[in-house]
Amino acid sequence: MPRFGRTERLLHWTHAAAFFVLLATGLVLLVPELSEIVARRNLVKNVHIWTALAWAVAVVLVILAGDRRRLAEDWREIETIGRDDRRWLRGRRVPQGRFNAGQKVNALLTAAFALLFALSGFFLWLGERDHRFLLDGAGMVHDVLTYASILLVSGHLYLAVVHPTTRHALRGMTRGDVRVDWAERHHPRWVSEVRARDE
Amino acid sequence: MNDRAIGRAAFLGLLGAGVAGLFYGRDVTGLLGRIVPDGVTSLVPSSGWRIYTVASEMPDLDPATYRLRIDGLVERPVTYTLDDLRSLPRAEQVSDFHCVTGWSVRDVHWAGVRFEHLLAEAKPLPGAFWYRFVSAEVPYDDILSFEQVFLPDVMLAYEMDGKPLARAHGAPVRVVMPRMYGYKYVKWVDRIDVRREFRPGFWEQRGYDSDAWVGGSNGR
Repeated sequence: MPRFGRTERLLHWTHAAAFFVLLATGLVLLVPELSEIVARRNLVKNVHIWTALAWAVAVVLVILAGDRRRLAEDWREIETIGRDDRRWLRGRRVPQGRFNAGQKVNALLTAAFALLFALSGFFLWLGERDHRFLLDGAGMVHDVLTYASILLVSGHLYLAVVHPTTRHALRGMTRGDVRVDWAERHHPRWVSEVRARDE
Repeated sequence: MNDRAIGRAAFLGLLGAGVAGLFYGRDVTGLLGRIVPDGVTSLVPSSGWRIYTVASEMPDLDPATYRLRIDGLVERPVTYTLDDLRSLPRAEQVSDFHCVTGWSVRDVHWAGVRFEHLLAEAKPLPGAFWYRFVSAEVPYDDILSFEQVFLPDVMLAYEMDGKPLARAHGAPVRVVMPRMYGYKYVKWVDRIDVRREFRPGFWEQRGYDSDAWVGGSNGR
């Protein structure tokens, strides 16, 4: 059964591709041992900054040109942390909708991190040349976000690629659809919602 | 609070905390630095130095064959070995290092040579207004005026925090200029070009101020 449409998948992979380029170049800029090996700071920094700009433009374009109603529905669903979600987060196996509570938290964190990365990065970039834009904590915020995103993405990758019972979800993000029996096990409320709608 | 407001509050709360961090972040970092034990802070690269190398490879100078050449507008050009430099009167100081990109390292212990001693043998001629430090990291260089070079806390350092300067910090010698941003602290110095005319350094050619006073340059 279909889970993610073209717009959702494009947005996901645009973000993912940019994230890994930014992470790799960002770590070279940040970690002394890597800076020593790679050197070429100007090149690495230019790749980092241009990728960030390309990311921002691409995300805006995907949202403007894509299925905005679908994205708005997704966001409404993600923001809604219901009673069942709160119980699920406390470890109870409560039937979940199209997004389970963990996926909602992951999406909320990813969105907040992305905006804060962009904002702190913008001030780092501008503040370096013009100190009127230099904010005391921009570097700290950018660094803390780096560590936090590494943890978040590691968990996300584990569940999407490694963990045997959840990794089927990856197909939803590549091809767009998932097996019905898998959906019935992991997202039963979603399956019954879809069936109720279809009848 | 309805169900939707919970997710939105969490999202906006996180954004708010992040924005507050932009303004008060340095205080938080300082606080953490006092709470977190030393062993842990060394695992977090953001707590200390960052290494900026613009060439395709970081210079690796052999201290045994290293030579520092002082030439240009001087009575006689001089070439020093590292041992020669160490035999000149030794100066020590503790000063803060500020990078133009916004990070700082406090209380760095430097040892090296003051310029009055370093230049005593070469004897700059009248009109020697500028001292250009040429790095083995081609094409990096930077420049200080004669007033700046003879400030009491400026030196050519060969030790940092009690140890010979590490490769990443400019071994065997680098400029130390605490009142200015780090791009004036030329690393891997192998030539001092004494000049009458100003010539913009590597970063100055890319839009940064030559008088890079901490807190009083680059737009402030």
